[in-house]
Amino acid sequence: MKLKPLFRLSQKMNLHYVKYFKLCLGLSIAAILGTIVLLSTTGLNFGIDFKGGTLIQIETPTATDAGHLRTTLSHLGLGEVSLQAFGSDKEFLIRFPDQPGGPDVQKAAAEKVLAAIPAGSKELRREQVGSTVSKELIVSAIWAVVFTNLAIFAYVWFRFEWQFAIGAIVSLIHDVMFTIGVFAFFRLDFDLTIVAALLTILGYSINDTVVIYDRIRENLRRYKRMPLADLLDLSVNETMSRTIMTVGTVFMALLALYFFGGEVIRGFTFAMLFGVLVGTYSSVFIAAPFLILIGVKRDWSADKAKVAAGSSAKAKEVLPLPEDDTDEDEEDDSPRHATQAEASKAALAAVTARKGGGQRPSPGHAKGQARGRSKKRG
Amino acid sequence: MFGFSLHFSRWGAAVTLFISIASVVLALPNVIPPSTYESLPSWAQLPRMPLGLDLRGGTHLLYQIDTAQLKKDWLQTLQTDARRALSEEKIGHGGVLISANQVRVTLKNPAQLQDALARLKKLAQQLSPSLLTGRGGGGLDLSVNANENGVITIEPTEAGIQHRVESAVSRAIEVIRRRVDPEGTTEAQIQAEGQDRILIQVPGLAPAEVKARVGTTAKLTFQMVDASESAETAQANGVPPEDQLLPDAEHPGSFILVHKEVLVAGDDVVDARAGYDNSSGGLGQRAVTFELNTRGAVAFARVTRENIGKRFAIVLDNKVMSAPVIRSEIPGGHGQITGSFSLDEVNRLSLLLRSGALPASLSIIEERSVGPSLGADSIEKGKTATLVGFLAVSALMIAGYGLFGLFSVVALVINIAIVAACLSLFHATLTLPGIAGIVLTMGVAVDANVLIYERIREELKGGRGIVTSIEAGFDRAYATIIDSHLTGLLAALILYAFGSGTIRGFAVTLSFGIVSSLFTAITVTRLMVSTWLRETRPTVLEI
Repeated sequence: MKLKPLFRLSQKMNLHYVKYFKLCLGLSIAAILGTIVLLSTTGLNFGIDFKGGTLIQIETPTATDAGHLRTTLSHLGLGEVSLQAFGSDKEFLIRFPDQPGGPDVQKAAAEKVLAAIPAGSKELRREQVGSTVSKELIVSAIWAVVFTNLAIFAYVWFRFEWQFAIGAIVSLIHDVMFTIGVFAFFRLDFDLTIVAALLTILGYSINDTVVIYDRIRENLRRYKRMPLADLLDLSVNETMSRTIMTVGTVFMALLALYFFGGEVIRGFTFAMLFGVLVGTYSSVFIAAPFLILIGVKRDWSADKAKVAAGSSAKAKEVLPLPEDDTDEDEEDDSPRHATQAEASKAALAAVTARKGGGQRPSPGHAKGQARGRSKKRG
Repeated sequence: MFGFSLHFSRWGAAVTLFISIASVVLALPNVIPPSTYESLPSWAQLPRMPLGLDLRGGTHLLYQIDTAQLKKDWLQTLQTDARRALSEEKIGHGGVLISANQVRVTLKNPAQLQDALARLKKLAQQLSPSLLTGRGGGGLDLSVNANENGVITIEPTEAGIQHRVESAVSRAIEVIRRRVDPEGTTEAQIQAEGQDRILIQVPGLAPAEVKARVGTTAKLTFQMVDASESAETAQANGVPPEDQLLPDAEHPGSFILVHKEVLVAGDDVVDARAGYDNSSGGLGQRAVTFELNTRGAVAFARVTRENIGKRFAIVLDNKVMSAPVIRSEIPGGHGQITGSFSLDEVNRLSLLLRSGALPASLSIIEERSVGPSLGADSIEKGKTATLVGFLAVSALMIAGYGLFGLFSVVALVINIAIVAACLSLFHATLTLPGIAGIVLTMGVAVDANVLIYERIREELKGGRGIVTSIEAGFDRAYATIIDSHLTGLLAALILYAFGSGTIRGFAVTLSFGIVSSLFTAITVTRLMVSTWLRETRPTVLEI
């Protein structure tokens, strides 16, 4: 059986992302400031998880006019009762705030609502969250987002350099703010599932960022003299086909959830769809170019000695390719060129890590190829 | 560490195959129709993923125990104990009163201060280590001190209060379990949450039914009626300190004056049944007959013997259910509670008494319920979304990478099988967000393959041979795969730690999904690729 790819994304993209960094940064800062303004004025449209109150999902026997039902419910004296069509003209979400008094009062209020809706309606779901619990949920949600950011910051710092960690955290905060901003702007329900989506977006976005950072680090070792801007562009370009493919598969899965997964998780899926786009954007246009802004260590050769003496696991990681140290090589900007001595020195460092050991690439061959590429770039 | 060469040792290949096949087998019970599953012999009925309340319908209630009332009850007990202790020692006191968080004892004779202090200090008890954490313990539950004015204060310590609350929660859980799930058949989950909360999750029952079963405190006491004064005069002139005024359930709106002292308590009830009142003069009313244990029976016999001709009150949750006149000593510890009960009410009350009283009153602070039809609907939608998501991701992967795409689709199937197998084995509940986690995992899981394949393409373009390129592709993508998976896992674990309820289900499937996709990327896909290389020895690589 011959199974061939139907399409192939170009790996020779030659786009200049860094050029747009200032523009993107400006836009993102504007969006974040906008979010802050929105949050401090209109705020988020909290669901009952965070506000306290009761939510009842009902199914009426026949199609019901939402406007009419809304008017009926608003005259029950339960404060601000909201009614929202939920997937069809027979299913509705009714929400009303926490009533002053104990659980019995909440129950009585729910009875009132159920008495006011069309006869023969079914109660499909009910959620009632007291004000103590809702306050705790807010606090734990905030902590969850903060901790995730801190944990990722620590991880990236540990695996890369602090500059990378800063870049990563900036893009993560950007993702969180952006997504929250959209929810604030469109007054979408913000509840626990959205917080879950936020954390997942963080996980996804950092995944994307780390892939690009890995490539940047690799290229930093390979091209000692290449201007940082070019190097960042090169790294993003090299990983772009992967980025597009992965965004594609994740988007496919999310679209399936959005259209077929039902109304209950639609808010979650919407947040995810949006967040995946924002996460990808921030990895490419914020996290990577941010390294220019804070500068990044260019000389990684000191690391080699440290690592050679260090753990074998680390030795493996810093050895994607033999390194080139001589000036001549650097002018060459040759990625795959190494002297025999360099190669063996490097291989020594790795020998503890690899047990089978793949073949080392043939230096001569790779050099020609790389030259071709660098000419094109130049 | 995993070597990333293409060569598989026989063992490595065997283990990979075994895990893959075992996962598929363990996942199967979740996809076969329930009727087929039921007809399987019991040894073949492998565990299935338990479904969350949002998928099967049911009720989630979070109760909070009334800590303030617990403290108040404790102070009242302390007050009684202190009075009794002082009178045993023949120490006169000018008042044992509750003020704020303490009991204050004023002595008539200041010379007896040390004696009184020594005796009252004995009221304090050593704390055993916490039932929940195994820590703590060693300290005393009360601090008993005398101030410069010769007033002795008895005050519960922080640790003492904490211990009370904890033990009240664990007792309440026992009681609720007996009430909600008397036959142990409903798969109800009743557990402590935080320090003073109880989470009840019951699949298949509506919230109203669960609340009715949890019911009231059902604190049953027997107290003497104070006949020296009518309830009306007491209401007008103030209730004597040793008495309390309780509503009369038989005559709504009116009250009965009873002594505070509890003669027999509901703790001593060993059995209670619904029945009819057969006593002389009884009108064949519905009644709950109860039976006391030896201690209760002896006390009951003594009280009835000493108070023939007087009225005693059967008090349930601070309401006088009935106040009959004692005609003769009642030995044997049998009694009954009569009233205008419905059949349902007698049944309910007898169950409440059988299960014992709750140590304190509980209030609902969170309630979530899903009807069975919505749950079934969510399962259907979840299935559709999973299938569509799978097909879409597979199509994209095969279109993008050809045969290698097909390899990753196979790996994806195994990946999902591993997640389902883990959920089944660990009895981790599948929720609707959990299904979303699985669908999302499908999108994210192929990322590892994408990284590898893109790397192989780069190496190929670099002019290397097929085997070298594939090997280098796997090898170089390795560090990136680890980094991206670990950061994703970090976020999922934190979500699990902070999330609650159905959100946890999402975090669980996502975490399993991330770990299993790491496994499939570095073993399953690699095994397929290396076998394919060995068997076909390709000369061109279409990727």
